[in-house]
Amino acid sequence: MIPLIAFEDVAKRFTLHLRGGLVLPVVDSVSLSVDPGECVVLGGPSGAGKSSLLRMASGNYRCDRGAIRVRDGDRVVDVATAPPREILDLRRRVIASVSQFLRVIPRVGARAVVEAAGREGGLAPQEAARRAAELLARLNLPERLWDLPPATFSGGEQQRVNIARGLVADKPLLLLDEPTASLDAQNRAVVVALIRERQAAGAGILGIFHDADVREAVATRIVDVTRFRAQAAA
Amino acid sequence: MSAGATCGPLLCVRGLTKRYGHRIGCADVAFDLDPGEVLAIVGESGSGKSTLLSLIARDLAPDAGTVRYRLRDGTLADLAALSEAERRHLMRTDWGFIRQDAAQGLRMGVSAGGNVGERLMGVGARHYGRIRSTAAEWLGKVEIAADRIDDPPKAFSGGMRQRLQIARNLVTGPRLVLMDEPTSGLDVSVQARLLDLIRRLVAELGLAVVIVTHDLAVARLLSHRMIVMRGGRVIESGLTDQVLDDPAEPYTQLLVASVLAA
Amino acid sequence: MSDEGHRGDARLPGHETDITPSPEPHARTEDLPAEPAPEPGTGYNFAYLDEGTKRMIRRAILKAIAIPGYQVPFASREMPMPYGWGTGGVQVTAAILGRSDVLKVIDQGSDDTTNAVSIRAFFARTAGVAVTTRTAEATVIQTRHRIPERPLAEGQVLVYQVPIPEPLRFLEPRETETRQLHALAEYGLMHVKLYEDIARHGHIATTYAYPVEVAGRYVMDPSPTPKFDNPKMDDCPALQLFGAGREKRIYAVPPHTRVRSLDFEDHPFRVQHFAEPCALCAARGVYLDEVLLDDAGRRMFVCSDTDHCEERRAAGHRGEGA
Repeated sequence: MIPLIAFEDVAKRFTLHLRGGLVLPVVDSVSLSVDPGECVVLGGPSGAGKSSLLRMASGNYRCDRGAIRVRDGDRVVDVATAPPREILDLRRRVIASVSQFLRVIPRVGARAVVEAAGREGGLAPQEAARRAAELLARLNLPERLWDLPPATFSGGEQQRVNIARGLVADKPLLLLDEPTASLDAQNRAVVVALIRERQAAGAGILGIFHDADVREAVATRIVDVTRFRAQAAA
Repeated sequence: MSAGATCGPLLCVRGLTKRYGHRIGCADVAFDLDPGEVLAIVGESGSGKSTLLSLIARDLAPDAGTVRYRLRDGTLADLAALSEAERRHLMRTDWGFIRQDAAQGLRMGVSAGGNVGERLMGVGARHYGRIRSTAAEWLGKVEIAADRIDDPPKAFSGGMRQRLQIARNLVTGPRLVLMDEPTSGLDVSVQARLLDLIRRLVAELGLAVVIVTHDLAVARLLSHRMIVMRGGRVIESGLTDQVLDDPAEPYTQLLVASVLAA
Repeated sequence: MSDEGHRGDARLPGHETDITPSPEPHARTEDLPAEPAPEPGTGYNFAYLDEGTKRMIRRAILKAIAIPGYQVPFASREMPMPYGWGTGGVQVTAAILGRSDVLKVIDQGSDDTTNAVSIRAFFARTAGVAVTTRTAEATVIQTRHRIPERPLAEGQVLVYQVPIPEPLRFLEPRETETRQLHALAEYGLMHVKLYEDIARHGHIATTYAYPVEVAGRYVMDPSPTPKFDNPKMDDCPALQLFGAGREKRIYAVPPHTRVRSLDFEDHPFRVQHFAEPCALCAARGVYLDEVLLDDAGRRMFVCSDTDHCEERRAAGHRGEGA
């Protein structure tokens, strides 16, 4: 089976030119893959490079070495070397990212944010609208907020909009960075259910879940990121 | 947003160079722009980003390099090889140029409706009623109240003037729009509204955009890709969020670090 | 270019260096006193300008005729009158005037306003040509703001005094840009002006200096003549020359040239319509001036073309105010 995403000998470090060229190693020799139906949870202490791995997977961070192969139907795209427009295309159709924080677009209502993501992900406008409403309702976002811009929402409300945006289209690869961080138990349960549904539908998930309950509930496999710990540059 | 992979790039810039005496305005700049793609050019004042935009629009003649554009018939035409008449026709039909200074992009003494209608009349529209209703429709799209159609931009706020410039440029359905610091000099709340409008129209109409800005937040919000310029040269380019979140070059890191929250 | 070269189909009147025999001089009209011809040695050349200057202006005129509606730059000279008093028209007239010509000068249709009288006197003195108020008798008519009501004939030349030759000026102040617009026939801007009129007034409110397209190519400012006169420019048998002294431009409409007033499909060009006939000569379909009769505001409308009015009255036409 071709994995949905495969890291092959990936290395990443930051060079901080403003601090005299200080090199911060992040990860090294990362080899890791996610098959359809799998939920691979990244474990390890903070600072181990979990978020960096997710960011590299979506092309947000560059790689210094190796390949990150993402399956797109019949073909495979190496995110580490793909030109920008291919990465953007993957993000539209293949990769769903949900981070802790919603990057707010001024003046656009919550429902419209989610609908737009659905349309970008290939849904017909009506279907995108239907699913957006369904997801926001399942995530218990009060309906009176739907047409308001999320900028004024609480952290938890913003996060639920973010989750709905990430999950509205049927993308095969989900990158989840602490999606439940500021949610209460009830809403965490909703997110767990949503993740399981996508898993059952054949999506692959690569995620970071700080909350032990959620981790237990969704993980098919836990990868300890500390084993990718990079050696400090000589 | 169209993928655009099937028909090739809309704009091809190669080796674009302009010197002002010994000073470099812009040196060996190259990039492709696909249909529907938004490219931000960022850098400090004097980095050459506005020179680059002027070279692309051929407001300035380059010392070296080419700018090629895919005409509607599919051919990739070297702008330098087009006649002046063809080039100007292209600029006022298939291209738009949103200027930082509205007074340069608008006719300040002409009514809003006349400003929007000018391009239509420029391509032969001779029916007043239809010109006016098209202008009214476009004023609506840029959120200018219908009853301001006969007011000149002199009477408009800064934000309204920029929105009027957008309507004036988009009325002929261009495929490529150049923007030179369209939001600078506006209040923050006015900026947000304008950015949102630009973002929406660009997505709805599938416009390709080259936007020059010193504001990284603007680049983040609007653009797919960005180019960082310094001293007239491109020092870094790539996916907008990649360049902003994982900048490689010392200067880009400095630029990103100098911003409060991009 | 030889002097003979100046004589073409579009008749340029002869001048004093002509080697061809002049036709019989036209009879002078009797109501104007004849000015003495300048004696050799009075210090002035024929028609004031020196021959070199006249030749330069004639070259500009010929070019203007060859490119109808195109503004030809020329080295406008200082004239012994201020700008705004018709220095452009005077230079054109000086350049085309020959000894046998009969000159008429009108200002707002009238032969007896200060401007008309002084220019007529100027040429009577410096060129010694015959002068007239009769449109039919004149070979050269210099005008400010009107075209005579009587249809002009082949062989006549109408010289317009032009204050601002550039029709695009008010919308596009940059001369470099307006030249470019003319060169590329980009005239959308001209319609912006008309659009503004309709938006502001509900109709095209431009009543004078109404822009025209000449011979299907150049857009031209017909000088501040009322748009009422625009149709007279179309297919006119006379040669029409335009001189702008301050702006140093000459342009022309050769005889029988298509002159079309710009408009919109749903706001077609229309001339002013006067409800009443001339109070003096009862003429209809002519351009009328409003004349205030007293401080109580009594007024009447009379022909702006005084010669036309007089001619009609001489023929027995009487209006209500006569």
